[in-house]
Amino acid sequence: MVKVYTSSVVGAPADQVWKVIRDFNDLPSWHPGIADSKIEGGLPSDKIGCVRSFHTKDGGHIREQLLSLSDFDYTCTYAILESPMGVRDYVATLKLTPVTDGNRTFAEWTAEFACDAERTADLAQLIGTGVFQGGFDALKQRFGG
Amino acid sequence: MVRVFKSTIVDAPVDAVWSLIRDFNSHIHWHPAIAESVIEGGRSGDEVGCVRAFKLVDGAALREQLLAFSEPERSFTYCILDSPIPLLGYVAQVKLSPVTDGRRTFWQWSSSFETPPGREQELFAIVAEGVYQAGFDAVQAHFGGRKVTAPRTGTAGPLAGKAVVQDRHGGPEVLSWRDVEAPAPGPGEVRLRQTAIGVNYIDVYVRTGLYPMLKPPGTIGMEAAGVVEAVGADVVGLSPGDRVAYACPPVGAYATVRTMAAGQLVLLPDEIDDRTAAAIMLKGMTAEYLLHRTHAVKAGDVVLVHAAAGGVGLMLCQWARHIGATVIGTVGSEAKAKLARDHGCDYPIVTPRGGGFAERVKGLTGGRGADVVYDGIGRDSFEDSLEALALCGHLVSYGQASGPVPPVEPARLSGKSLTLSRPVLFHYTADRRDLTAIATRLFDVVRRGVVKVEIGQTFPLAEAAEAHRALEGRRTTGSTVLTA
Repeated sequence: MVKVYTSSVVGAPADQVWKVIRDFNDLPSWHPGIADSKIEGGLPSDKIGCVRSFHTKDGGHIREQLLSLSDFDYTCTYAILESPMGVRDYVATLKLTPVTDGNRTFAEWTAEFACDAERTADLAQLIGTGVFQGGFDALKQRFGG
Repeated sequence: MVRVFKSTIVDAPVDAVWSLIRDFNSHIHWHPAIAESVIEGGRSGDEVGCVRAFKLVDGAALREQLLAFSEPERSFTYCILDSPIPLLGYVAQVKLSPVTDGRRTFWQWSSSFETPPGREQELFAIVAEGVYQAGFDAVQAHFGGRKVTAPRTGTAGPLAGKAVVQDRHGGPEVLSWRDVEAPAPGPGEVRLRQTAIGVNYIDVYVRTGLYPMLKPPGTIGMEAAGVVEAVGADVVGLSPGDRVAYACPPVGAYATVRTMAAGQLVLLPDEIDDRTAAAIMLKGMTAEYLLHRTHAVKAGDVVLVHAAAGGVGLMLCQWARHIGATVIGTVGSEAKAKLARDHGCDYPIVTPRGGGFAERVKGLTGGRGADVVYDGIGRDSFEDSLEALALCGHLVSYGQASGPVPPVEPARLSGKSLTLSRPVLFHYTADRRDLTAIATRLFDVVRRGVVKVEIGQTFPLAEAAEAHRALEGRRTTGSTVLTA
């Protein structure tokens, strides 16, 4: 299994950051890499098991399923069902933790997946830097670092 | 169950922070509250089950046991085995995480515990601020973080400054503005650059010699805020650059620089500015212990506050009202009645000569009387205060502005099973843990706006005599602050 871990500090209280990211269907509104998104079957976007179907700005189509969502722990876990990246058994968690000293937010995004051995470094780079850090950079721009 | 969660970002890579704090005995090196510590039985400080026996700087002895330790997670869990502080079933976890986009460290410190009934808030504050936040601040400082704002200066020589000095007891005219030197701090001492000094009526009594607390030549004043400039040997928990405040004897606060014992200094939160601190330390800590310690006021109590528009009175009214008490106050004029009402006094009673209010209190309470009377007037109000109390009521006589109270026969209290207290702030703050708890609760209510501070006037420190003339001429409102 490959593990990717990216973390950052966002200059706003965790409940405010959580409001922006908790909607499983709302990636296009805050993540610069995502073009569009819809929830399949008209389910509510916080229904466990719902599937988001979205396109990245470079045209890739991805389907991801919501596995858990906790407003108490500010945590969301999801799995990739379909993607052009060539990953298997991909499960990711996005988690916020309050920084009580200064009322900021510690944000962590982790993923575990399997892939062909020769693609490990490229995929870890794409996911850790492109997807996760790209999202954090957008949040820091929005709320301050 | 009380739960504490504190977290911070340290400006250092996670491996550097982890190597500083990972050993269970390392707190002696980085936590300012720890005076000495040893791992029992010579075991290793990362061996699960090991016990650290340590003493706090205030002398309290504790034992804690390591329950879990994870090198890859950079976390450990521990519990308290023995402690003089009643943190029951205390289990805490420390965990570090890397901030991957900046070589910084996220540090979370959390715990859960039970407390004796009614002490939840106080013990929460001790753990959250006195232990966890104090540890964060010290480690921030260790890595050159924000807390040390002034360069560490040489402590060898004296520091030049100005002070209000008097050569004899007397009127405001004896106060003169002179060059002074604050000596290098000795063991247990710090040297401060003071920025704001609180003016209290006790300063007048000391200036005139009524209270024998100053032998001229000398400097009056018991309350100030400022910045630590230098730290003597054996001082733990204070560094140059720390913002601090105090309200305590000995006198000597009317100065721009001062060398004094470190034990009664409290660290100021960022939200409390220096002038506010100088205005609230004495009066606010007095209100805290009167309402929570001398008598624990609870929702539904009837509280009678004398001089309700005075400095302590306004704080008592606001705070007692916030607790949920019904607040009756005595004041000297209609204007002061309005001021008291604006600060949470439900029923201000105008009594120009200090007494004659007992019937009004009875009337307002359906004949029952007050559960507790806070009386800083003394002689003129004493008899009426006893009269105004309900059965099993409590007269708290904390001052004597109108003169001393004549002797009282204990048997007099048996008429209504009354309690009589004559408390003094400095006994409640003598133990450093109590001082920290009192100040923490005060800063909290000021920060949240529950207790609003009225600084009615400020004077330059050099014009302290003018401030005293205004105070003695009853031309001041709210608190008076001198600025250095």
